[in-house]
Amino acid sequence: MSFTVNGALHDPELDPDMPLLWVLREVLGLPGTKYGCGIGACGACTVHLNGEAVRACQVLAGDLDGAEIVTIEGLGTPEAPHPVQAAWIETQVAQCGYCQSGQIMQAAALLAATPAPTDAEIDEAMSGNLCRCGTYPRIRAAIRRAAHTAEG
Amino acid sequence: MSLRKFTRRAFLVGSAVIAGGVAFGVYTVRRDPENPLAEDLPEGAATFNPWVLIDAQKVTLIAPHADKGQGVMSVQAALLAEEMDLDWGGFEVSFGSPAKAYWNTALGDDSVPFRASDDSRLARVARGGADIAFKLLGMQVTGGSTTVPDSFDKLREAGAMARETLKAAAARRSGLAVADLGTESGAVLLPDGTRIPYTELAAEAAAITPVAAPALRDPSAWRLLGQPMQRLDIVEKSTGTARYGIDLAVEGMVHAAVRLSPHRGVVLSYDDSAARALPYVRQVLQIPGGLAVIADNSWHAMQGAEALEVEWAPAAYPPEQAGHWQRLADSFTEDALDRTWRNDGDVQAALPADAPAAEVLAAEYRSPYVAHAPLEPLSAIVRVDDAGVEIWSGHQMPREVQKAAARATGIEPEQVRFHNHLIGGSFGHRLEPEFISHASAIANQLRGTPVKLIYRREEDFATDFPRHIAMGRGRGAVRDGQVVALDLQIAAPSVTRSQMGRLGIPAAGPDNQIPAGAWNAPYAIPDFRVRAYAAEGLAPVSSWRAVGANGAGFILEGFLDELILQAGADPLAERIRLASDPVARGVLEAVGKMSGWDGVLPKGRGRGVALVESFGVPVAEVVEVTATEGGIRIDKVFVACDVGPVLDPVNFENLVQGGVVFGLGAAMNCEITYAGGAAEQTNFDSHEGMRLYQCPEIHVQSLGQAAKIRGIGEPPVPPTAPALANAIFAATGQRIRELPLYRHIDFA
Ligand code: FES
Ligand code: FES
Repeated sequence: MSFTVNGALHDPELDPDMPLLWVLREVLGLPGTKYGCGIGACGACTVHLNGEAVRACQVLAGDLDGAEIVTIEGLGTPEAPHPVQAAWIETQVAQCGYCQSGQIMQAAALLAATPAPTDAEIDEAMSGNLCRCGTYPRIRAAIRRAAHTAEG
Repeated sequence: MSLRKFTRRAFLVGSAVIAGGVAFGVYTVRRDPENPLAEDLPEGAATFNPWVLIDAQKVTLIAPHADKGQGVMSVQAALLAEEMDLDWGGFEVSFGSPAKAYWNTALGDDSVPFRASDDSRLARVARGGADIAFKLLGMQVTGGSTTVPDSFDKLREAGAMARETLKAAAARRSGLAVADLGTESGAVLLPDGTRIPYTELAAEAAAITPVAAPALRDPSAWRLLGQPMQRLDIVEKSTGTARYGIDLAVEGMVHAAVRLSPHRGVVLSYDDSAARALPYVRQVLQIPGGLAVIADNSWHAMQGAEALEVEWAPAAYPPEQAGHWQRLADSFTEDALDRTWRNDGDVQAALPADAPAAEVLAAEYRSPYVAHAPLEPLSAIVRVDDAGVEIWSGHQMPREVQKAAARATGIEPEQVRFHNHLIGGSFGHRLEPEFISHASAIANQLRGTPVKLIYRREEDFATDFPRHIAMGRGRGAVRDGQVVALDLQIAAPSVTRSQMGRLGIPAAGPDNQIPAGAWNAPYAIPDFRVRAYAAEGLAPVSSWRAVGANGAGFILEGFLDELILQAGADPLAERIRLASDPVARGVLEAVGKMSGWDGVLPKGRGRGVALVESFGVPVAEVVEVTATEGGIRIDKVFVACDVGPVLDPVNFENLVQGGVVFGLGAAMNCEITYAGGAAEQTNFDSHEGMRLYQCPEIHVQSLGQAAKIRGIGEPPVPPTAPALANAIFAATGQRIRELPLYRHIDFA
């Protein structure tokens, strides 16, 4: 079984029942993807699987063969942030920041599919991602900023 | 020994005892605790005070207040950098080590039985006494919205001291007079334009006695403070590169998960055969209050913990939720009276017990237990060996981390090294040291091997010490369109005694968190009484963002709204008329303007207002809702508050908006209820808070009139629940007297 994470090929020995979240965090050493609930209720673990935003706590290692996974670390870097990350920085969204990897991955998937989302589309896409610090007004603003930047 | 005890008591009582005088020598009080940076100071490095460290390579600023999202790492650095003339980001920041030197100088303000606006001699003496007690205790704590008030002068003074000492070093080297030297961008500037970077001066400055008490810059000369600044952690937090306690790894560590008593008691019996049968489970260990499973990774450890079969001793509190409410209802007695906190006029005469029902309005209010549930679950890495204990985690009371580890391992607190880290939210959760004790107890059995413990989310909920439950009974009267009498009784467990008990600090005397937000309400109602009753035998509780003002503020502002409407008055105009201090009146008037209060809303929509003061900050909020077919939709929220000068307007707005979202979310749907002795809510599916689609527009204004600078982390939270309930009444005619509101009405 093999899969790619941020473009790199991996074929580790894995417990097939282990969620992708823990594979990323503790087997592959990518702790940017966060554990919040483990039951798909918070979105802190959101990553891209074959281009779609999924909850890494709900994807099992045994199902990863051939998967292409992108995590927050692969989306962009501090030196070269992805446009969504740049908008997040510019808007100063984060408080504790613990939810923001998931928020950004969810927003990046939304904007990839819907470059100029309506307010209703933003609400729809982002409401599975909990932010206990309550940064929602800035999350909305950052998504609009990123959409606007992309439009040029 | 007796001396120590007394000072501890004095601080905890937080009331009359302090005013009565605290017995300790002037010398002990005056002497400042030692600078922890001076221990093991490397050759060639300089430290002038506990907040600044300079060596040949870099300037390091120490930000001892823990950053759990409120942005205080940046604010503390900005206070130092402002006076030191450092470029923003031209330094490193460290959370420092636990030390008495970082005792919180602002805690005293809110721990005395005087209203924040009370500047009488007695009030000042009491605050001074509390302050001394906190100093002697070395209370290093991030909480009570005190980071800004604690740091505002102290860190600017520390920065100015560093700057002037570096100038003195440059003067020695150059032979010039200090008065001819300036500073800019981390360097001393000579009259001929030569720049000597601070890092080059470190070794010489280290040999100079630090310049004491230099003058502070006038705010008009500030370069950083008062301006929007980019938070120092914003890039890391937007790129997945920030490292929280849960993300750390230490060479050779094993992973642990725990099963702890959901009843807060002991294990009666257990069967670990299923857990041990799992191929990846290495060990099952007994620890106080539960069991731990050791495995090769966190997920496997969690699977092992779930596979344990445990029989727990029953809870010491009522097993069912109804029993908790019953205890509160039974607590309105003379015996349980904790204190009569306010007694203006003559309530007994205004509201006689035998008054005809038509003349007195009476109602009962309820505020539930609520979980902290920050998004980062509790975690810690601990290594115990012969040299001592080393801990990596995030905590609001670093010295309590040392003590907890010491208790769990039998090693002296001084031998515990604690590395504090970024915290993924807290809301008071990380004031509690239990998770440190558990991780330490595990590591103590595996000496030499570092242990990383992560709580399953379910464990985090089950073992949380929630926000305290409260019940309020109000009686009141109106006359000629005005509220003239209000008698409030509030029953709740003492959160201070519960929390301090777990820290091993004896607490006695009345707890101002039972009536907080009600007794200090800035209203001049002619006959106004607030009595607090301490309910015993309930679930252990802890400080939850804004603490007592959540429950008591909801009770007061809900019932006051009923009285105002009974009087036929306008909810905002009558509050303004009653407002007894200018700051409170100011925020009410401001929120009226912001919200266009006088404008008429169409049928099915409504506005509600509430004013609650906590930690010295009166906050007025207007919530606007629409009753839709799918339920109540919150459209807009307006917040007016006053903290004095705002140090970073962007972070300030973010924190206030976040407080509103947090408070409204809790008011809508968050509660902990007990069944069979355990919390019924185990994860975010049953304790959700607000989701993005429910988030209203939130407009924020701070008036900048208050005389004293304050913190804003907590005060926006308490007015949210009553303002929302009052708005729902305005929109629907349904008066809801119990939180969370979803028990009575649907939300869209
Ligand atoms: S951890 Fe996966 S959704 Fe919460
Ligand atoms: S920023 Fe803290 S949970 Fe979202």
